Amino acid sequence: MQGFWPVLIMIGLGIGFAAGSVLLSQFLGPRKPTPEKSAPYECGMPAVGDARERQSVKFYLVAMIFLLFDIEVAFLYPWAVALRDLGPSGLWQLVTFFGLLLTGYIYVWRKGAFDWSGEKKRVRAPRGRT
Amino acid sequence: MADIEIPILTTTVEKMVQWARRSAIWPVTFGLACCAIEMMAMSCGRYDIARFGAEVFRGSPRQSDLMIVAGRLSRKMAPVLRRIYDQMPEPKWVISMGACASCGGVFDNYAIVQGVDQIVPIDVFVPGCPPRPEALIYGIVQLQRKIDKQRMSA
Amino acid sequence: MTDTTVLDTLRRAVPAASLEAGSATDMPTLYVDRDHIVDVCRVLRDAPSLQFALLVEVTSVDLLPAEPRFEVVYHLACLGEAYGHAPARRLRLKVRVTAADPRVSTVTSIYPGAGWPEREVYDLMGITFDGHADLRRILTPDDWQGHPLRKDYPVQVRKDAASWSPLQLTPEEFAANVRSAQMQADKAAGKK
Repeated sequence: MQGFWPVLIMIGLGIGFAAGSVLLSQFLGPRKPTPEKSAPYECGMPAVGDARERQSVKFYLVAMIFLLFDIEVAFLYPWAVALRDLGPSGLWQLVTFFGLLLTGYIYVWRKGAFDWSGEKKRVRAPRGRT
Repeated sequence: MADIEIPILTTTVEKMVQWARRSAIWPVTFGLACCAIEMMAMSCGRYDIARFGAEVFRGSPRQSDLMIVAGRLSRKMAPVLRRIYDQMPEPKWVISMGACASCGGVFDNYAIVQGVDQIVPIDVFVPGCPPRPEALIYGIVQLQRKIDKQRMSA
Repeated sequence: MTDTTVLDTLRRAVPAASLEAGSATDMPTLYVDRDHIVDVCRVLRDAPSLQFALLVEVTSVDLLPAEPRFEVVYHLACLGEAYGHAPARRLRLKVRVTAADPRVSTVTSIYPGAGWPEREVYDLMGITFDGHADLRRILTPDDWQGHPLRKDYPVQVRKDAASWSPLQLTPEEFAANVRSAQMQADKAAGKK
């Protein structure tokens, strides 16, 4: 418990500052909502239509891939700290782990998930035909 | 000890709130015409407005306190000005910068609104065509003095 | 300053048009009659020796009290080496329009870039462009009455500025709103 007091104080200060700012502005700030004030902002023009639009799926793909490999890197840190105790078997376990993920990475790459421009590759003529 | 009254506490809070409001008064970008150039000059290095608290010009009215109407307002733009003003949260202030925003300036014609105070309530008028950056800074300092006198509306 | 090659080519290509050379000093000027402006523009754009592919500006002049009252002015440019074989030069076309019948055919079928300049001419001078896909006001508010750049329009207009705009529109309302503002304003003013 001794070593955790600084952490707890830090958490308390962080939450306290955030909560305090929000509460202070709630009590001290004016509250005068009007329909014009809460209208959606469209540079002063009347807002036309809905804000729901189709977005490109490339954002989702990149986010997912990033998440996976970020967690992979997060595994790297404790492994690096404990490597001396783990010995050669620890090294080979991680190499296997990375190898599996690397295979997945190459698959995703070849499938075109990193193609930000979305241009289709030109189809090469199959061999054996003129 | 009995002389200390409760209103002192409220006064101190009010003074603190006034100080906070006038020391970080962020404008929304509403440069319409030539006065906008002088407004930009005021925000740049030589006449730095950041030392008076106007650190950034916010692009969105929802994150700003001050609207500096810099330039001539045409009739077609009047609803846009009003909508941007409406979308600013309280507390908000408006500075009318230049002759065209204050009274139509040299453009007494069909297209220009003769004075922005027909559309939005103005706190400080800054005359000039265009006003020098120092003049606009003086206008902002006057606004800060005005904020110091304002009661806190809870 | 007249450019006889342009004039001759046009006379041969569009014999029905009545063309005359103007007397401006900065660039060659041609007066074209109203009915043939579209044909003349097509020849100017497509003829290999002319190649006036760039429409620079469409403006108008109000010559009150002279008759015919209006002139619609087209500035064209040939880009020379950057575009093709014709030499680089500029040309001005003028179309005389009477006050009784202020209409001209639109040239947007030849020069699509004439869309908004013609809207501006309609807005400020009141000249209608037949065949224009979207002829509505562009610089004045949507429900403005009158055409401000005419010589008989007052300079000072004492009127309160309208500052209301709707909060939320559907796309259909937005499309319909633009036209209906003008129509409602016309009705309110009792337009003839």
